Amino acid sequence: MTRLPVLKTYKLYIGGKFPRSESGRSYPVSSPSGVVNAAQGSRKDVRDAVVAARAAFGGWSRATAYNRGQVLYRVAELLEGRRAEFGRLAPDVDEAIDRWVWYAGWTDKIAQVAGNANPVAGPYFNLSVPEPTGVVGILAPQSSPLLGLVSVLAPAILTGNTAVVIASESSPLAAVALAEVLATSDVPGGVVNIVTGRTAELAPPLAGHLDVNALDLAGAPVDLAASLEGLAAENLKRVVRRADPEPDWTAEPALDRVLAFTETKTVWHPIGV
Amino acid sequence: MGMSGFEYAPAPESRAVVDLDPSYGLFIGGEFTDGTGSAFKSISPATEEVLAEVHEASAADVDRAVAAARHAYERVWRDMPGRDRGKYLFRIARLIQERSRELAVLESLDNGKPIREARDVDLPLVAAHFFYYAGWADKLAYAGHGTQPLGVAGQIIPWNFPLLMLAWKIAPALACGNTVVLKPAETTPLTALLFAQICQQAELPPGVVNIVTGAGATGRALVEHPGVDKIAFTGSTEVGRSIARAVAGTPKRVTLELGGKAANIVFDDAPIDQAVEGVVNGIFFNQGHVCCAGSRLLVQEPVYDEVLASLKRRLATLRVGDPLDKNTDIGAINSAEQLARIRELSDIGEAEGAERWSPPCELPDRGFWFPPTLFTGVSQSHRIAREEIFGPVLSILTFRTPAEAVEKANNTPYGLSAGVWTEKGSRMLWMADRLRAGVVWANTFNRFDPTSPFGGYKESGYGREGGRHGLGAYLR
Repeated sequence: MTRLPVLKTYKLYIGGKFPRSESGRSYPVSSPSGVVNAAQGSRKDVRDAVVAARAAFGGWSRATAYNRGQVLYRVAELLEGRRAEFGRLAPDVDEAIDRWVWYAGWTDKIAQVAGNANPVAGPYFNLSVPEPTGVVGILAPQSSPLLGLVSVLAPAILTGNTAVVIASESSPLAAVALAEVLATSDVPGGVVNIVTGRTAELAPPLAGHLDVNALDLAGAPVDLAASLEGLAAENLKRVVRRADPEPDWTAEPALDRVLAFTETKTVWHPIGV
Repeated sequence: MGMSGFEYAPAPESRAVVDLDPSYGLFIGGEFTDGTGSAFKSISPATEEVLAEVHEASAADVDRAVAAARHAYERVWRDMPGRDRGKYLFRIARLIQERSRELAVLESLDNGKPIREARDVDLPLVAAHFFYYAGWADKLAYAGHGTQPLGVAGQIIPWNFPLLMLAWKIAPALACGNTVVLKPAETTPLTALLFAQICQQAELPPGVVNIVTGAGATGRALVEHPGVDKIAFTGSTEVGRSIARAVAGTPKRVTLELGGKAANIVFDDAPIDQAVEGVVNGIFFNQGHVCCAGSRLLVQEPVYDEVLASLKRRLATLRVGDPLDKNTDIGAINSAEQLARIRELSDIGEAEGAERWSPPCELPDRGFWFPPTLFTGVSQSHRIAREEIFGPVLSILTFRTPAEAVEKANNTPYGLSAGVWTEKGSRMLWMADRLRAGVVWANTFNRFDPTSPFGGYKESGYGREGGRHGLGAYLR
């Protein structure tokens, strides 16, 4: 007698929990075992995700760099243990794991590379350091559901930002599986929030949200990118534009996306006795 | 002067050092040329006398300036060895030092700022900025921002520090191999035009620096010009937003240095006299026409009475009047329009229930003037606690705990600067860590240096000017 398999419900990931869309909607996507239903998130889900990301920002941004590095490395460890599962959902699993390792190692080095002392002409101690921008909205790459996602998510959160991710519309299952890894790898709830659904519906409320500080348009539909950037101007979000052609996500990573979502803080203090 | 008891004889700086032409054209391709737009007058805000006539650059003029900048970029500047670009910038720095008296007097005349500040703050920083970036021109590979210039930079600057903002824009752009079209503010174009003469004197290749005078329409033409690769803007958050919208969907790179509503936080252990000096400098420097001005004073409750009394005593000694008098502390408000905005917001402050106080002081009959002003009884919801007034107006609030101070300081869409006054080192670092602002002045305020990055968080804009970080705005 063959065993009847237990099927999985693919849900959103908001504030460390796995809710269905508040709209009750789902949409069909293909999986290795045929067509399944993914949650079709709503504008309200996006707003809830932003609230969760904001709530998580204080704790995550003030965690020590060493701690953030350990937590992100743990993500790589857990992914390694689920290589087979992820291998069915996306290509480039090994590269995605190695990318977590690469970015995890940056948490306690980025301030030394992006910050410096400033030799001002006067008796002042003066130091510039990078700080996280805040809540980052991310449109994950559409055609690279795991490696592309990791390549935009890890650089945003490693400095202490929190993120609201709109997953690849047609291939969201790797993102949902990654959420399960994040939920069990000491990444505090709310640091990463993942909403699946129709990008054209979810992207505008994210781009225009006044409590989102930055926007990565990596996976923006080509006909929407300019209007999303326009919405982002309302509260002067830092924007990483959609690249055309789409970047080769397997290429050696760089610091661009890390630095795009940091602010330089400069502190002055007099020197004297 | 009220309780000060001192009488000062007039100590006017001579204007003879400034030799203005009656009319100026646009500086395009290394020459002053007639514009096709209409003429307008630049006046002294202290006396309303006409200083010179300048010309509003039309869209066609802007197009010509961008073409000149493009030509200079492709034919000369982009491929010139960094060492030689640096030498031109060193020349400019030296010429600014040599002509600093003339530039300082003209800045004071056109802007209304006290000559003491133009002479001792603006001009030394302008020269230093060119010196600093001159040295970077042949060392870009060490800066970590790439080594390739972006192309033609369109730069739009405000009226509060006309020449200093020009330096912040032009020096790094040129050091990195870009060429520029710069639009000075319509109320303060004159030192930029004198700077154009300095470019000629330095034999800077034609078209590397172009200066187009005008108001909002000229700025818009520059922002929207398809031949511009990068926009650098300093000014209001409102205009910054419109620029961010205008470049959406284009490949243009942008840096924005916008408004602020900085908190200046005084703890009960702070040395009160020093803190009060810092608070006065924080809000009354340059008539409060400073985007990073400490316009919200947060005082810890136990020392509120002492700080307020000391602040009032100090304000009574400030000398308001002729900007060219070397004893003047507070000069003229830059324009009738700005004066109207300061008056309107101050009236709203009273109407919303805050209490207004100014020391007794006589203001000149002609020109645009506003006395140094304090508001007490201010709550966070008052418009004078939320909106940038950009004038000599301080809103005073109180707090009990460090956490409350942080909460109130960060309760603003802006994030340009903040000040903290305390003798306890660990508390200072705790505060500096939690304040969401691009510059934190600890036991000091309004310090600037070419090596020190400046710029905001949140709606105070993005990008940094100054220091190694400032190169990132002009390289790829």
